[in-house]
Amino acid sequence: MSWFISPRQLRDLGIVGMNERNVGMIARLNARRHYPLVDDKLLTKNLALEAGIAVPELYGVIETNHDARNLRELISGRDDFVIKPAHGSGGNGILVITGRMGERFRTASGLLEDVKDLEHHVSNILSGMYSLGGQPDKAMIEYRVRFDPLFAGVSFQGVPDIRTVVYRGYPVMAMVRLPTRGSDGKANLHQGAVGAGIDIATGVTGHGVWHNEIVDRHPDTGALIGGIAIPDWDRLLALAAGCHELTGLGYLGVDVVLDRDLGPLILELNARPGLAVQVANGAGLRDCIDRVEAAEPKDPMSPAERAALVQALMGPEPDRSANKTAGSA
Amino acid sequence: MKRFHLPLLILALAAVSLGIFQHKVTNLGFPMLPAQTTDNWIVEARVAFEPTGGAVTARLLIPHQPPGLALLGEHFVSRDYGLTTGVSGENREAIWTSRSPSGRQAVYYRATFYELDRHLRTQAEYPGPASVPEFEEPYASAAASIVERVRERSADITTFATVLVTDMVHAQDENIALFVPRGSGERERARAAIELLAGARIPARMAHGIQLTDRARDLQVRTWLEVHNTREWVPINPANGDVGYPPNFLVWWYGDREPLDLRRAGNAQVSYAVTRNFQSAVDAAQQRAQLLDSHVADFSLLGLPIQTQNMYRVLLMVPVGAMIIVLLRNVVGVQTFGTFMPVLIALSFRETELLGGVILFTLIVSLGLAIRFYLEHLKLLLVPRLAAVVIVVVMLMLMLSIVSHHLGIEHGLAVALFPMVILAMTIERMSIVWEEHGAGDAIRQGVGSMGAAIVGYLLMINPYAEHLIFVFPELLLIVLAVTLLLGRYTGYRLSELIRFRALAGRSGR
Repeated sequence: MSWFISPRQLRDLGIVGMNERNVGMIARLNARRHYPLVDDKLLTKNLALEAGIAVPELYGVIETNHDARNLRELISGRDDFVIKPAHGSGGNGILVITGRMGERFRTASGLLEDVKDLEHHVSNILSGMYSLGGQPDKAMIEYRVRFDPLFAGVSFQGVPDIRTVVYRGYPVMAMVRLPTRGSDGKANLHQGAVGAGIDIATGVTGHGVWHNEIVDRHPDTGALIGGIAIPDWDRLLALAAGCHELTGLGYLGVDVVLDRDLGPLILELNARPGLAVQVANGAGLRDCIDRVEAAEPKDPMSPAERAALVQALMGPEPDRSANKTAGSA
Repeated sequence: MKRFHLPLLILALAAVSLGIFQHKVTNLGFPMLPAQTTDNWIVEARVAFEPTGGAVTARLLIPHQPPGLALLGEHFVSRDYGLTTGVSGENREAIWTSRSPSGRQAVYYRATFYELDRHLRTQAEYPGPASVPEFEEPYASAAASIVERVRERSADITTFATVLVTDMVHAQDENIALFVPRGSGERERARAAIELLAGARIPARMAHGIQLTDRARDLQVRTWLEVHNTREWVPINPANGDVGYPPNFLVWWYGDREPLDLRRAGNAQVSYAVTRNFQSAVDAAQQRAQLLDSHVADFSLLGLPIQTQNMYRVLLMVPVGAMIIVLLRNVVGVQTFGTFMPVLIALSFRETELLGGVILFTLIVSLGLAIRFYLEHLKLLLVPRLAAVVIVVVMLMLMLSIVSHHLGIEHGLAVALFPMVILAMTIERMSIVWEEHGAGDAIRQGVGSMGAAIVGYLLMINPYAEHLIFVFPELLLIVLAVTLLLGRYTGYRLSELIRFRALAGRSGR
């Protein structure tokens, strides 16, 4: 593998660059007034609940330092929960508690913290340490997803999630993000998680990408990443497509987790989804978008219809299937 | 329309900017390069006379829009004299008056001229055909035959005058000798030429001036002939008939008269002296622009107090630095802490010099980071923690200054010029990136910031760039245009060619 790729080849692959994403997608399709809906996870959660979209249960919200004392009350009797900032970005500031050890709490990465540590974390969140622009924030305490064993072999602690990029309501590309030892249980690729492309037509994973390099096996567990079929894929895609109506955003990242008991849950939405999904899928967004826009009918469609359209467009064709098998082998 | 809005705006900005720039360079002579000097001439006329009793009036003709040269400034040195200046006919005059001076008097007129790049001959209104003088015989028939013979060999007014003058100098026949005796000077020849030209109804006049030479005293006044070709006055050398003035010839007055007119004084003497002077080209251009009453110069920075000017010398480079940041971030894809932090760091590098600045910056940031990691353990709220970092940074700067002073490294003192709040914010952000994304990311972004600061610094200390922006602030519009243009750049960043390298070798659709 050479250490760089020519711009012409990137263009041929239809890869969208950071500048094109910022100007051509975010600035053009995402009206700024819709941002609060996704930037404030509390708002998103309430909207999703109204629309009947499944989300992790909210245990409580802490809005001021004065309320921080309520933390003990909110978490009493709960062995596991997640503390996250309502305005966080990039998975920063999310503290996952997986269990108790007497008076102490065990974090996803295995550290033990006491209530004082948790309170400090909450007060950091409240002071805006993790929020965009540093404005004062709210801390949410919510249900910890017990992840589906589907990805157990290919993730190291933390919660693997499925990121779907939704372009004008069409779920054009998806990947599963698998935490590693290096990513500290977080599912963000730039923090060291593995991203694995998902065939949008079938819901089967392909190869993975880790630190911008292509991998076939999970770096910690050594298990093969490719060939995992995600159950209920059509419903998951329709769920992601429906977030377009929910937020009004034309370029949207939908993060879904598969809960062992509750099925797919929307974890969060992102108005500025990154571009790593292209590397994970070995394909460019521009390519998919062009296909969708060429085939788009005039009449508005339901989320499920849009998902089905994308699946039909991206379905097996002679040239693509060859590509896929090469990728997942 | 919407599609063309931004390109049109960019074009308009660029056009305005380049237009003003071009006007200032070619018409006003603002220098493109720093430390350029331009020639100008300081001309002095000394008028000495002896009063004969009573109120004295001395009228001296002074240069009035001389061809090829332009006046930069003038002053009059004359104690106890009242002074007025005015235009009379084609000349300008200075009038000194004093009620009762005694003893030999001297007044001075001093003026500074610069050479015009182009010899603009100002259009002059045609005074109408000259009236034919009434000669007596034998002059009348001689004049008629001279005019007749010259007309045969000339094509237009200018060549008529040239042929006439060369005839007067070389082909001395009797007819011409009647008007110009052998061995007569330039002045007599010019006077005769004017009479004979009038015989052909050509308006002509006498011009007097001095040849500008460096450090010359008691310069001879030379006489020149000018004929009007119905559009402009054409100078002709009465000594050989050549057209045009020699370079650096200052026309002082016109007409067949003496430059000085005295009332109630005698024993007059006028002497001329010249020195050459080198002046900063910027100053000269500025003066020139004021004389031409150009509004461009009204908006110049050069009119501001020196201290303010020096401040703007630095500040005007900030937009250039900002544009560099845009290039580095959006085209190259360098990651930096804070958008414009590197520009501010680059500004402080100006004082500390590059190596010293890099060392000091690295020292402060790493020491600050160490203390910031310690503060993390104290579990402070955000704002108090930031304030604590600011305080620590200031103390670190103080320590570095004192230590380096004791070690005799005076560069260390300039550490005080680092923007401390920016440093504190950098430390805070770096520590958060360190914790969230690991040391690798934090150091990569730190190095990126430093690299951007160094690139910005190298550009901002460039004397050519600084000179250009300071003398031609309108170039900032170009900087703005480029920035707007980059604002629509949707191509790949250089860093993305590396980021997406895993896709190399894949086929497209």
